[in-house]
Amino acid sequence: MVSFIKASVLIFCLFLVACANQNKAPESLYDDVGGQPVMIKITDNFIQEISFNRTIYQYFAKTNIDRFREKFIEYLCVSTGGPCQYTGDTMLKVHQGQKITEADFNTTVDLLVAAMKDAGLTYPQQNRVLEVLAKTRREMLYQ
Amino acid sequence: MRIKGLKTLSLLCVMTSATSVMADAGKLLATAGLSQIEGSGGGGLVPWATLAGYDTRDETSASVFMTNVDVTDYRLSSIGIASSFYDRVELSYAQQTFHLPVSLNKALGVGEIKQNILGAKVRLFGDLVYSDYPQVSIGLQHKSLDQNTVASYLGAKKDSGTDLYLAATKVHLGLVAGYDLIWNLTACATKANEMGLLGFGGDGNNHYQMVMEGSVGLLLSPKWVVGMEYRQKPNNLSRVEEDDWKDVFVSYNPNKNFNLTAAYVDLGTVATQKDQTGLYLSMTGYLW
Ligand code: HEM
Repeated sequence: MVSFIKASVLIFCLFLVACANQNKAPESLYDDVGGQPVMIKITDNFIQEISFNRTIYQYFAKTNIDRFREKFIEYLCVSTGGPCQYTGDTMLKVHQGQKITEADFNTTVDLLVAAMKDAGLTYPQQNRVLEVLAKTRREMLYQ
Repeated sequence: MRIKGLKTLSLLCVMTSATSVMADAGKLLATAGLSQIEGSGGGGLVPWATLAGYDTRDETSASVFMTNVDVTDYRLSSIGIASSFYDRVELSYAQQTFHLPVSLNKALGVGEIKQNILGAKVRLFGDLVYSDYPQVSIGLQHKSLDQNTVASYLGAKKDSGTDLYLAATKVHLGLVAGYDLIWNLTACATKANEMGLLGFGGDGNNHYQMVMEGSVGLLLSPKWVVGMEYRQKPNNLSRVEEDDWKDVFVSYNPNKNFNLTAAYVDLGTVATQKDQTGLYLSMTGYLW
């Protein structure tokens, strides 16, 4: 039993050390995933994913996709610490009135994850992007 | 009893959910958690604040599970069903069968002990993934043994009892080198000896006691989770020592319909037999 705890603590410490070293890189998430070309790729893949999902597509039926593409690229860039300006509306304002359900939000996140994966992001990179984007979730749901 | 219990519960689930939306896309993959050995949504040994299933606030879900624990001198199997409603309430039923080794079987004249567990859990607040604070739930597990020969022989006072717990669980997206970290902390008020399999209360102590239970895990990919758990235990029976439980686990979630979990468990001394370590295997099927 003592050896079990010792072993666990040891593994956990090794783990933390390994992580601490990796976190040292001062690079922004934007640069880490590959900068602007990757922001564009994620956005195009995301639009593609949405166009193949009946449920989520319904929300975008009347959307100006060119505008959405431009604003979403900017939004991704700014959120990940890239050198851009976001010129779109607030998350609350754009998603208000759409009555987005929790299930549809989660489906959209699945689509975004697929888009990031196809753009070549590793699993840890996908998680980091999600972490920054998920912060405004409350402003998007059931508004 | 076993079949009847299962039937009533599944009927209840079917009735209440027939008119409502069912979860399939619901929550993110792997966030339904596992089936806890006593039937609640959780880790393997510890009940979590998560509700069993992928339902959101507009949906219901149901799952069935089967767990086998095979340690040095004992075997425990547990089967059950859990249903969760609108990401708010979870109901569960499990039946455990505790197989005793032949030596004890001969001495006591009992080969196996069965325990039925009805569970209920309510999510108080928080969202496992998206809120800044943890998801917090409160729950109970009502347990009853089919016979009290072994329990009373060892000095237990009762053959049924109820555990109450408060659990907090949180996923931190990308926290550890980009990997999601999940942690859980549970405070449980209990009188149960070895989860209730050896009865409730005892000659050493017959009051409710607060025990702490904890888990940490890392999502290595959307499909693989590794982690460990610790479950503190009371010590109510003066003649049989009871140890805290721990495990390290690997969980595989190929999709939102299925989960397979394997763990190495260390249960310490159980009913006079020392060093009970071995393999824990669990399967959950999500029906909707
Ligand atoms: C991580 C989550 C999300 C992020 C970061 C996000 C971001 C954005 C951005 C940057 C825009 C463009 C704003 C503008 O035009 O000024 C936008 C528009 C839009 N979003 Fe989202 N969104 C998210 C989730 C969702 C979800 C879950 C839905 C629906 C299921 C949704 C539906 C829409 C629609 C329909 C528009 C276009 C609105 C219009 O036509 O003007 N979004 N979103």
